[in-house]
Amino acid sequence: MSAIPISWYLVLSAVLFGLGVVAFVFKRNVITIFMSIELMLNAVNLAFVAFARARGALDGLVFVFFVIVVAAAEAAVGLAIVIMLAQHRESLNVERVNLLKL
Amino acid sequence: MSVPIIMFFACALLAVLGAVLLILAREPIHSALALVLVMMSLAVLYLLLGAPFVAAVQIIVYAGAIMVLFVFVIMLLNAGVEERTDFSKIAKWVGVPLGFFLLLVTAVYLLHSSIGTTIATGVGAANQAADTRELSQQLFRQYLFPFEATSILILIAILGALVLARKDE
Repeated sequence: MSAIPISWYLVLSAVLFGLGVVAFVFKRNVITIFMSIELMLNAVNLAFVAFARARGALDGLVFVFFVIVVAAAEAAVGLAIVIMLAQHRESLNVERVNLLKL
Repeated sequence: MSVPIIMFFACALLAVLGAVLLILAREPIHSALALVLVMMSLAVLYLLLGAPFVAAVQIIVYAGAIMVLFVFVIMLLNAGVEERTDFSKIAKWVGVPLGFFLLLVTAVYLLHSSIGTTIATGVGAANQAADTRELSQQLFRQYLFPFEATSILILIAILGALVLARKDE
């Protein structure tokens, strides 16, 4: 008898999202910041799948595919920007990228 | 304790551990490997939730393609040890406790809400697992237009990456 309530998955999703936010705020490397965004997207995907399960509808799973596609597109463009940034600044530290800072 | 519950806790623990390792790791490549750990355990959780196709896509596209892209860029740029910066005192003494408090409130609310108490069965139950055929029908009928739109999005992303990564003449 497997009796795992949906709320356990949702709490896990919230914890992972929170850790992703912490990583996003505390990390200084551009690539690691990108990875924390992926972590947050993964947490949201888990919530989508759990809700799809709870409601017995497949729409949540379809949305997971769209999230994954957008994450792939974002990673491709973002990492291209990171490469350009590394070529111009010779550093991956976001604190060195302050061109728009007043 | 049944097998799915044990598997849930094992994978949840691994996922949280991977996320914490992502934060604590100094080298970007270690963070990337920690993220792969999170994605793998999430794939097992998708299987527990009765979504085998999503689990396969998670491993193939996320842990496979996207993370390989990340590792490739880390290797290409020879990303070394990350510089530590001192965290602000407000973030440390106000932000972290406040975050934990918010998380606690969310958890308590979810554990007592009506949808949260729905039982998620489905491991090993073929009739309950999300059918891949039904999923594809939904994707290619009801969500056909968004599907085509994402294909254009990917095309634009490829062009954008090409333009950005090109050497200046």
